Amino acid sequence: MSAPVPLPAWADRLLMPLLALATAALAAALLLFGIGENPADALAIMLRGALGSGEGIGFTLYYATNFIFTGLAVALAYHAGLFNIGAEGQATMAGIGAALFIFAAEPITQGFLLIPIGIVGAMIFGAVWAAIPGWLQAWRGSHVVITTIMFNFLAAIVSVYLLVNVIGKEGSMQPETRLIADGAQLWTMQAMLGALGFKSPSTPLNFAFVLALLAAFAVWVLIFRSKFGFHLRLIGTGNDAARYAGINTQRMIVLAMALSGALAAGMAVNEVMGVQHRVVIEFTSGYGFVGIAVALMGRNHPVGVILSALLFGALYQGGTELAFERPAITRDLIVTLSGLVIFCVGALDQLYRKPLAQLLARREPG
Amino acid sequence: MRVHSDPGGTSPPAIVFDHIDKRFGAVHANRSIHLAIARGDIHALVGENGAGKSTLMSILFGFYQADSGRILIDGQESKITSPSDAIASGIGMVHQHFMLVEPMSVADNLMLGHEGGFALAGGRKALLAKLDALARDYDLTIEPDAIVSDLPVGLQQRVELLKSLVRDADILVLDEPTAVLTPGEADRLFALLRDLKARGKTIILITHKLREVMEIADRVSVLRQGACVGTYPIVDTNEAALAEAMIGRRVHMPERADTLADDEPLLTVEALCVRDARGGMAVKDVSLMVRPGEILGIAGVAGNGQTELLEALAGLRAATSGSIRFKNSDISHATPADLHALGIRHIPEDRLRYALAYPFAVWENCLIGADDEQGSLIARQTVMGDAARLMQAYDVRPADPLLRAGALSGGNQQKLVLGREIEQRPRLLLVGQPTRGVDIGAIAFIHRRLLDLRAQGVAILLVSVELDEILRLSDRILVMQEGRIAGERRAGETDERDLGLLMAGIA
Amino acid sequence: MDALSLIQILESGLRLSVPLIFACLAGLWSEKSGIVDIGLEGKMLMAAFAAAVAAFMTGHAWIGVFAGMAASTLLGLLHGFASISQRGNQIISGVALNMLAAGLTALLGHVIFKQGGRSPPLEGAARLPELAFGQSAMSFLAIAAALLTALALARTRFGLRVRAAGENPAAVDNAGVSVTRLRYGAVILAGLLCGLAGATLSLGQAAGFLPMMTSGKGFVALAALIFAKWRAWPAFWTCFLFGLLDAIAIRLQGVALPGIGAIPVQAIQALPYLFTIVLLAGFMGRAVPPRAAGQPYVKER
Repeated sequence: MSAPVPLPAWADRLLMPLLALATAALAAALLLFGIGENPADALAIMLRGALGSGEGIGFTLYYATNFIFTGLAVALAYHAGLFNIGAEGQATMAGIGAALFIFAAEPITQGFLLIPIGIVGAMIFGAVWAAIPGWLQAWRGSHVVITTIMFNFLAAIVSVYLLVNVIGKEGSMQPETRLIADGAQLWTMQAMLGALGFKSPSTPLNFAFVLALLAAFAVWVLIFRSKFGFHLRLIGTGNDAARYAGINTQRMIVLAMALSGALAAGMAVNEVMGVQHRVVIEFTSGYGFVGIAVALMGRNHPVGVILSALLFGALYQGGTELAFERPAITRDLIVTLSGLVIFCVGALDQLYRKPLAQLLARREPG
Repeated sequence: MRVHSDPGGTSPPAIVFDHIDKRFGAVHANRSIHLAIARGDIHALVGENGAGKSTLMSILFGFYQADSGRILIDGQESKITSPSDAIASGIGMVHQHFMLVEPMSVADNLMLGHEGGFALAGGRKALLAKLDALARDYDLTIEPDAIVSDLPVGLQQRVELLKSLVRDADILVLDEPTAVLTPGEADRLFALLRDLKARGKTIILITHKLREVMEIADRVSVLRQGACVGTYPIVDTNEAALAEAMIGRRVHMPERADTLADDEPLLTVEALCVRDARGGMAVKDVSLMVRPGEILGIAGVAGNGQTELLEALAGLRAATSGSIRFKNSDISHATPADLHALGIRHIPEDRLRYALAYPFAVWENCLIGADDEQGSLIARQTVMGDAARLMQAYDVRPADPLLRAGALSGGNQQKLVLGREIEQRPRLLLVGQPTRGVDIGAIAFIHRRLLDLRAQGVAILLVSVELDEILRLSDRILVMQEGRIAGERRAGETDERDLGLLMAGIA
Repeated sequence: MDALSLIQILESGLRLSVPLIFACLAGLWSEKSGIVDIGLEGKMLMAAFAAAVAAFMTGHAWIGVFAGMAASTLLGLLHGFASISQRGNQIISGVALNMLAAGLTALLGHVIFKQGGRSPPLEGAARLPELAFGQSAMSFLAIAAALLTALALARTRFGLRVRAAGENPAAVDNAGVSVTRLRYGAVILAGLLCGLAGATLSLGQAAGFLPMMTSGKGFVALAALIFAKWRAWPAFWTCFLFGLLDAIAIRLQGVALPGIGAIPVQAIQALPYLFTIVLLAGFMGRAVPPRAAGQPYVKER
């Protein structure tokens, strides 16, 4: 292991991600230029689309909700030294779980009790789908990176099978479920603000955003303030100190993955119970993968995750507007940009670290 | 009879380090080192950990560039910017941690970087011829198709040495070559070095064992804190003088009070067998016991099963058979958490791997394996206060609990671990290599603390490869050789020579 | 099952295994040198795209193949830069480049072809022709590549040095050989081989490019590499076996088996992934990777 060049905390947490983001943005600008678009115009359209109206902001926050959940999922596992690439598949299964639990409970109640039931269903399914790769790593030594990738493919296949053959809407050619009961649908932000006397536009933004912020706080307490989190981070250092300290590392790895999967399930709660009100095929739309970028960019800290989720939310909403206004551009631009961000933040870390350290050292003589 | 080639000094020295200076950030690793190595000499380089020996040799071998200064080889200034330059200049290096590719054959290792063409078949023929010649000249036979990882350490070292010889190196640098050898193997190595010298090779021997220096070297240079404090012909110096030159002052080592406890054993091990990571039997049928107020020393050359024994006792490695008992409870299958509950603590050999988390702050490191009294949430302020007090009490410098553990020096890290484990009020303390990579001042401190614990009635099991440490601290001494107990001695009834014979499996 | 359909299955099994073989050999070179390559998938996708574009523009399949190799190698060099020169995290780099390839090919495909990311169908000389036994030249190239890889690793100077660099780079450095150059060499080889894999997909097996057309084949190749314990010939046979399974699965589609009934298509699709998971879990023997794989080489003081 190469010891990273130490930097002051503010440079490490703020400057480094911003420099990496700038590099990724530069590459994206070149790309836009290459396909005959004016990057400055594109940026203006994106900014206007994401932040220029109440509606734009609502959509931005709705996307950010997904990214906070998947970003937290990746970040929590990362602290335990586990690189969970499976948030996408975990959320897919969580959506199925939410629907199954809600459909099962609907004959008993139609009230808002369905909401916790749906959330629990999502969390259980997400947690189990993540815990299996965790178990395979802890007890069988298979690398969680590869197994979570395989579990993403499996989740996609299983969900198609279930949506077509088992829980699909009868008489529909679309692989999707029927709508969940009204009581299981999360309150929209419009309704919540309306109850407080504020008027706001209709957007997909819903109560799940509040849940995401609560989850971020809970993750912060768990990782940085609790004994459990201390043990988790000790495992994440990669040496045998955790075993030496008397921690049951295998159990902790499974637990960490299960928690990570339960966090990824939040994305399914937002989409299935908050927006679509049913399970649609591929409702995860790659948000799980973007979560990797969000976590790396946010330095795996819950506050950083929220900030970078907001940034990516704005990118998604702005990118959607851009794709709408400029037919040459699709939302794949955002996937490309996420890839660039992961590359610059995660793999090219050293690129700026050394020059930056030298620059900062020069400014402080002695 | 020692052969002093070129006593008049008419031909230029094999190597001159001409005012070599090198810094790594704030660390001044080499301070204008100036010294000459005469052709055909065995020249020893001694100094403490961090005295600058390795840096100087890394510069000679082209791993680093000196900030200033020159290297002259046979009187010619030579620009060595990579290992291949060094090899071309006739310099060969035998590293302390062998630079061998373990899953490959001896021949493949010897050919690496010296293949003699695109296809390996041609170069292999030439290599075998060369090996035959070397086997005739020296006592150096080896099986070319053996896989390196299957060879015993002594033979692996032979491969490492042969790498230099098949490249016709004239100048051989050996870094702590006897650290992994039994005294007998070390004798054979020294005989070989004399042979090489007799055929005109120049040898630089890096070591911290002064006895060896006196035995084999022609000249010795002492490094201290990056500077060369002197070069002496061996006939003009002695061990005590060299030790003082190395340390720069006298150090008072604590004495062990002679009160031998005679209580019931606290720890009893019977017929213990333990496998190593590769599946081979590392500990074979070991039985031992430790009483309260007693230090049991386990001596042996590194790699004779002590590591695995300690890991098994500490609950980090499963025993294959046999039993471990603490008073009346069976702890053969206990986890580290179970052992903590019984008052058994462990200062591991490998503190980087087990005892510390380098990226964590010192106060968090104080919690590793010591957070039982913490609730679900950690009481940060209390723990930080406790950590600051611990750093004071155990002389961990700088005493800042917010510092990263990785930023502490080896000695301070070890004192931190020692303090943390002692503060847990152990009844039995398992200690591995407590002074490895630790400066002499800290060694005295650590020894004093261990003797204090003994006086308080704590049972201590001490594993060390340093014989003087074993002899200074232990009430009883067990010697491990190839996984077995080769013999037991009482303190005061043995010496280094006696233990050395046991370690070699001769006595 | 009659002899004719057996031969057909073998032929189509080989055909289907060709991209896996190339990608698996690519992974072999990269990981033998000490660079973990999660990005086989992305390199293949990039190559499939570049090959389809070039073949569509020029009408020549082989120009497409070269374009695919160039694009894949370029992506490989990015991975090399991050992993070797910048000592970055090799797994993160691979994940990033997979995403980059997925986004970039779809985006550029949309810009160039305006058909939702897919290329127009390739025809005539823009596709790789069948030579013999229902195989294109790529099948024979794949066999040759396996043969050359096995020979080069075992019997040449470059092979010896690559193997050593993946096990103990410090020993290579000490022998006066540049670890950096060796690893870049291996990464470039991996890029070229992945290029062949991707070109086979879009110019041979399909008649053009589709977004995400690799559909996890890069990861199946990675699994085959692990199953083969990082050896060339076992890698070849494992990929052939995976290809055969694929061919059999296609045959079984919609066929009602006696006593079992129709097997859902998803069950067949899931097989390679399930197989990989079982392999990785070590239920079929332990696989030990090259010791230094995944670790950046830093000179020790």
